[in-house]
Amino acid sequence: MTILAIMLGAFFGAMARFGIGQLVKRWTASVFPWATLFVNVTGSFFLGYLFNASISETVLLGIGVGFLGSFTTFSTFKLEVMRFVTKDWIRFGLYLFATYVGGILAAYAGYHLG
Amino acid sequence: MLYVYVGLAGALGALLRYEIGVGVHNFYGGAFPFETLAVNLIGSFLLGWLTHFLFRTGRLSPMVVTALGTGFIGSFTTFSTFSVETIVMIEARNLVGALVYVTLSIGLGLFSSWFGYKLGHRRFRRFEHRKGDVS
Repeated sequence: MTILAIMLGAFFGAMARFGIGQLVKRWTASVFPWATLFVNVTGSFFLGYLFNASISETVLLGIGVGFLGSFTTFSTFKLEVMRFVTKDWIRFGLYLFATYVGGILAAYAGYHLG
Repeated sequence: MLYVYVGLAGALGALLRYEIGVGVHNFYGGAFPFETLAVNLIGSFLLGWLTHFLFRTGRLSPMVVTALGTGFIGSFTTFSTFSVETIVMIEARNLVGALVYVTLSIGLGLFSSWFGYKLGHRRFRRFEHRKGDVS
């Protein structure tokens, strides 16, 4: 049951992250990785909210570990940050700062609303 | 169909992330989230290596590249868990722990991604070189 909940949540989480990436690509030709920034900040908010809300273990695993865990990503974020190294230090710093500060503040806000 | 492959690969990546977390907890029950740090560093290294070597060789179809990179590794690593773990440490007044966690995540995360890029890039150059010899 636990494993099923996580896999089901992750199935939709990964698809949603991919879908948002495709949508953003259609809207803007910007080199700034808005899609990853968006999923990481909003995902952090909702996980903070869930974490402090009174929900069952299975729901927390399915939506928290599965859906939101897969909706957000660390590896793509780092790959994108590294693309700016030596070429564009301003975007490198901005992207790193926006993701960490935005993500942690969003998790804080969610945690206290939950 | 591509969406379904990304979803399926993502489900496997998340399951592996969860199992590693359970495994680490069996050895270490402390407050520091080593398991999230570990999967994030491993995933960053792998995505860097794959992107700069295997995905460039043309041996894999674009569908497999997206499923493996965006689906599997994208879901294996996570940012939301990292953010919430940082907040939980701050709420528990473990400010040193939170600061160490964020610093390691930034520093080692960038290093892992760079190291994956470096090894992948070198491997790709050798691959190109050998291809040149054959043709």
